[in-house]
Amino acid sequence: MHIALARPLLPSRQVMHSRGNAWGEQSDSMAVAFDEMNGPGGDLRPAYRELARWLEETPAEALEYRRQEAELLFRRIGITFAVYGDAEAQERLIPFDVIPRIISAREWALLERGLKQRVRALNMFLRDIYHGREVLRAEIVPDDLIFQNPVFRPEMNGQQVPHDVYVHIAGIDIVRVDANDFIVLEDNARTPSGVSYMLENREIMMRLFPDLFARHRVAPVERYPDELLAALRSVAPQSASAEPTVALLTPGVYNSAYYEHSFLADKLGIELVEGRDLIVKNNEVFMRTTEGLKRVDVIYRRVDDDFLDPLTFRPDSALGVPGLMSAYAAGHVTLANAVGTGIADDKAIYSYMPEIVRFYLGEEPILKNVPTWRCREPKDLAYVLDHLGDLVVKEVHGSGGYGMLIGPAATKATIEAFREKLKREPEGFIAQPTLALSTCPTCTASGLAPRHVDLRPFVLTGSRQTTIVPGGLTRVALQEGSLVVNSSQGGGTKDTWILDE
Amino acid sequence: MLSRTAENLYWLARYVERAEYLARTIDATLRVTALPAAYVGKTNEWDSALLTAGVAASFYQHYAEANEQNVVEYLSFSPANPSSIRNCIEAARLNSRSVRTALTSEMWDTINSAWIELQQAWSRGTSTREDLAKFLRFVQETSLRFDGSAYRTMLRNDAYWFSRLGVHLERADNTARILDVKYHVLLPEEEHVGGPLDFYQWSSILRSVSALTAYHWVYRETLKPWLIADLLILNDTLPRSLASCYGNLVRNLDQIGVAYGRQGPAQRHARGVRNRLEHSNMNDIFQHGVHEFIQEFIADNSRLGEIITKQYLI
Repeated sequence: MHIALARPLLPSRQVMHSRGNAWGEQSDSMAVAFDEMNGPGGDLRPAYRELARWLEETPAEALEYRRQEAELLFRRIGITFAVYGDAEAQERLIPFDVIPRIISAREWALLERGLKQRVRALNMFLRDIYHGREVLRAEIVPDDLIFQNPVFRPEMNGQQVPHDVYVHIAGIDIVRVDANDFIVLEDNARTPSGVSYMLENREIMMRLFPDLFARHRVAPVERYPDELLAALRSVAPQSASAEPTVALLTPGVYNSAYYEHSFLADKLGIELVEGRDLIVKNNEVFMRTTEGLKRVDVIYRRVDDDFLDPLTFRPDSALGVPGLMSAYAAGHVTLANAVGTGIADDKAIYSYMPEIVRFYLGEEPILKNVPTWRCREPKDLAYVLDHLGDLVVKEVHGSGGYGMLIGPAATKATIEAFREKLKREPEGFIAQPTLALSTCPTCTASGLAPRHVDLRPFVLTGSRQTTIVPGGLTRVALQEGSLVVNSSQGGGTKDTWILDE
Repeated sequence: MLSRTAENLYWLARYVERAEYLARTIDATLRVTALPAAYVGKTNEWDSALLTAGVAASFYQHYAEANEQNVVEYLSFSPANPSSIRNCIEAARLNSRSVRTALTSEMWDTINSAWIELQQAWSRGTSTREDLAKFLRFVQETSLRFDGSAYRTMLRNDAYWFSRLGVHLERADNTARILDVKYHVLLPEEEHVGGPLDFYQWSSILRSVSALTAYHWVYRETLKPWLIADLLILNDTLPRSLASCYGNLVRNLDQIGVAYGRQGPAQRHARGVRNRLEHSNMNDIFQHGVHEFIQEFIADNSRLGEIITKQYLI
């Protein structure tokens, strides 16, 4: 979840809470956020030319009517997500905005190269951390960031994973602040979700707006399930048969992303299994079927490391499979993503990603990082303490927006309290500047208006190649003046169009 | 397929079938109770409805009297009744969600739409007879749609067969239950004086299994208890008869057996029950005692459910 800036016209300041990344409000000196349709100075950007024309021709009621139709479709298909602890709305719809977000072929080509580079580096970094640790010996990344990190998995030390692929599915969160750059906000290397929205949003847009599609050449996204299945099969263990069996492991029907799990299993044509459907015998994993036990070779798991195997990790986990880790260690089953990938998308490691890319690939990173001050380093800490009012300070291992300071929106007392925390345990924090996220035109109660967006493309890595379906999940902060794009807090989604030129 | 998936499909079909049966029971009871007392006698039809639904005991933990309002509420919406229509549809949807990959989009749409509609019906309430009638029709149509979309869209593989097993097992149970509760009005004529009273009881039985028209097509006679029992127990052309249900159960189990290359206790047991039905005639059944016959059948049927579970579903 991300926090975007308040637009300068907005009189009131809003406080934003976020799970992962937070962006405080912009300081007064900052420019108006970059709008992806009407660029700087209000010039219509070429990729949006047809859309702008179409919007002019289309009456507002027609848009509203189709918006309602879209909602009905989503509800009937049952694309819902659960909100924990909210009994009233156990199944909610994520609001869908019908105005597509458009990215030109040229922009996409740059982004695609950058994403592939980033994911290649993530995989090499993970391989290194669990084997030779050259990155530590070269002092690119400090030891304690790895070894004292709760998401580091000593079980993975020396463990071979097929074709050295750790992150088979990556969701890299991207934001823009201008027309030139794509900035990585966060790497998701554990169990990134949201791809079902990328696919379903497209289906629904094609149903509702055939006319608009006819006027654009939109690169299709529908190959994603095929590419995912091919990637998963390509990393089957050696002991698997020529036709490896792949299954998707879900925590179950009460999980907030359950719809996506069932959707993907269906599209891939693989079994959707829960922990209780699997059993480990002689270090092989089997599923219980109506015809007896059947071996499983590759598990696309949407269950966190902690819950995978009660014998290795949390003993109270009812979601996992006892013995799974020993079958994994024996090399009889592949887990995608691998265990222990959290060490690569950790907030503290994030700040080292540019160096990590250079170290493994000898290339300059194509995608930028948000500048990050590591409070563990005295010079950075001094700067952060001097500028607390302007920065977003995050706990390295925090999540859910807890333990975060949004300087520009915080009271003096909060800032002072935070200052003490920082001094006491500087290595627990990082700080980032506030950033003006780009905006896209979005349907609102008072007509079209710019709203802040981010983008999560999905990067697949198999035995031979890394691929990215041209598109991704665009999340939009629906409330005026920014806010959070996260779905549990009123964020919505848009279809993302990559133009095929 | 996953055992859990098969189990969910099987129960999903049972819940939908049960919801329909409950709706029919309420419908038929409303008709009979709308008649002047002279035509229906002194039995409390709402009590019979509870008995055929198999929830009489739990009902009296919540209500003092079995009248229309209480029974309709308990059978249709009550959260306290685990097999109320509402709970059946909710359970059906939960099962569907767990096995979405095994359902066609048409089946999912039927269940999901029914569930959405149910929330609305529940909040609107069914205060008028008209609302109630609409609601009962909706439940029956849901079952028809569900069955229809399964028939028209599912691949003919184990997923389909397991869901059919659920339908026929539940259906056999329902038909047997209504016979069990009403057998006394079906006793041979010499032991029982037929009158207008019985006529409406008989037509009510047929209505609750949607067989009133079928009766006339099969027998071309006025309603006779002997023939009603024959129709519901032995006539394999009537989809809700015990014989027809067992014909289907045997067929579906055989298809599973062939596909898996293995027969087991479920196939043997189902064939045994079917053979007994095939070799019975109404004369013997009445000699032996309708009540005893039905009781045995209900026990055999639930035994088949247990065997299927053990053989395939866990």
